[in-house]
Amino acid sequence: MSNILELRDVTRVFGDRTVLDRVSISIRQGSFTTLLGASGCGKSTSLRIMAGLDRPSGGDVLLDGKTVSGLTAYERNVAMVFQSYALYPHLTVAQNIALPLTMRHLSTLGRVPVLGSLVPGASEARRMILAKVGETAEALGLGELLDRKPGQLSGGQKQRVALGRALVRDPSLFLLDEPLSNLDARLRVRMRSEISALHRRTGKAFIYVTHDQTEAMAMADQIVVMIGGKVAQAGAPRELYERPANRDVAAFVGHNAINFLEQGDGIEIGNSVAGLRPEDLSPDTAGTLSARLESAEYLGSEIVLGLRSAKGTEIRAIAPGDYAVPAPGSELRLGFSPRKLHLFDATTGARLETAA
Amino acid sequence: MSRKILGRSVQTLLLSVGAAFILLPFVWMLSLSVKPRDEIFTTDVHFLPSRFEWSNFTFALTETDIPLFLWNGLVMVAGILVFQILFAVPCAYALAQRQFAGRSLVFGLVLGALLVPFHVTAIPIFLGFAQIGLLNTFWALIIPFIPTAFGIFLFRQFFAQLPSDLFDAARVDGMSETSIVWRIAFPLALPAATAFAIFSVTAHWNDLFWPLIATTDPGLATPPRGILYFRDQESGDNVGPLMAAAVITTAPLVIAFLLAQRKFIQGIASGGLKG
Repeated sequence: MSNILELRDVTRVFGDRTVLDRVSISIRQGSFTTLLGASGCGKSTSLRIMAGLDRPSGGDVLLDGKTVSGLTAYERNVAMVFQSYALYPHLTVAQNIALPLTMRHLSTLGRVPVLGSLVPGASEARRMILAKVGETAEALGLGELLDRKPGQLSGGQKQRVALGRALVRDPSLFLLDEPLSNLDARLRVRMRSEISALHRRTGKAFIYVTHDQTEAMAMADQIVVMIGGKVAQAGAPRELYERPANRDVAAFVGHNAINFLEQGDGIEIGNSVAGLRPEDLSPDTAGTLSARLESAEYLGSEIVLGLRSAKGTEIRAIAPGDYAVPAPGSELRLGFSPRKLHLFDATTGARLETAA
Repeated sequence: MSRKILGRSVQTLLLSVGAAFILLPFVWMLSLSVKPRDEIFTTDVHFLPSRFEWSNFTFALTETDIPLFLWNGLVMVAGILVFQILFAVPCAYALAQRQFAGRSLVFGLVLGALLVPFHVTAIPIFLGFAQIGLLNTFWALIIPFIPTAFGIFLFRQFFAQLPSDLFDAARVDGMSETSIVWRIAFPLALPAATAFAIFSVTAHWNDLFWPLIATTDPGLATPPRGILYFRDQESGDNVGPLMAAAVITTAPLVIAFLLAQRKFIQGIASGGLKG
């Protein structure tokens, strides 16, 4: 499949700070890509460069195979949803959603309230805009709210209006900058599936910036992990989870924070670091690893065990929900499958392929 | 408890004394404007006249050029305000929300300009206007006040508080920078604009200094200058109608302020923009 968008060796320097360092990202037509990373890793800057709101200091931005470095956000016909929603507080929901269309289909004169209706073609354009706004609002369940101002809406409703404003203009590409981070946990999960549904319905490429790996894993078919202004790894969620390219990616991806074990933690790995996910590590009387139990968190379906190795390294393991937890302080034996062991170079942190 | 009451009483008393000092001339003006001629100069003080003498007002409005002066004042302050906003708002937007080389320098210059009193630049402006023959026109009254450092500063402070996402969203939606200024930034800044309008209108409506320098034509006189003419009429000081005229020229400001009071305070304390 062809690439709708490509960043080639994009560098962005603010003063003497390099925010993006030779970042290359390809976005396939119709894909859902997340840019995942901690705050300050350059993911938002990458998105702004894709949108045309910021210019790269070096490198190339290609849209549909053509260089678009000189084009504005509007000329690129990308839609963007902001973390703060960025709704126009003085306009109603309908006017907010209609704005991109008014800018495109009405001339300067045609936008003037009363005089505008005298401009030839303006009233047809207005009718078309009204119909499209109604359609979009209906699809997002905003039909009742069209005359409200953003100040009277809840967080979830504002988010929907922001999506509506992006949807209404039929863009070539959707850019979403942490759109769910201002919502409460329950609403976030619901909006997550709504956004996924939107992606399937429009069939357009979505690029989604987030620091929440759960969001990234749940929604994306490509995750680009960014660390310190560089692309640390790009790939399908499963690939990132099963074969993290380096220590940092392994630490970032996965619901439970990965354990890093070194020589002396009861495991023979030579001069490298072993990554072992808690969910791959469970109590097993025949297990090779031994550690002292410190705490246990009962979560219903599973129990998260906090342990400490002889050397003092903290280890987390997950036991099934019906596991009988021994008294704190007891020595436990833990078992794991060697296939699940990730080995990283102790100094560079890069993945060592000799693991299995 | 009683201490609190005492503190309150002292506060109220001080405020009342201050207010009385400021209001007394206005009250006296109001009082004189409705007094008959023979009650104006008396040795004892009466705030209320024995009978209301409305003819002072009819005299001021019909026998003198007060309506013309009011009209001139209106044209001048409206002209000043419109052009001030036309230039100050885009400048403030650029200073607050655009990145360009020398931005802090330019803003520093604006702040510097705030410190320069108008009287310093009045003479050079007068000489310049004399050269190009602009004296004795409405433009002479309006042009010197169009570049307003105070306006730029006030709007810039307001725009700097607006989230930059809002303007990025507008850019993505296809707005030019000019339409962002007038369709997004300016409507949001209406409280600040109201506050600025009140400052600007009061300052220039009451200004006597510049109209006195820049115009000599009685047909261009603004209210303060008009009242001056009034006093010089051959009949001597006709105090009753003079005070009536003063009331007529102050009233528009007081009424406008009372109407815009809430927005004015909102604009001064401007912070309250909830997203």
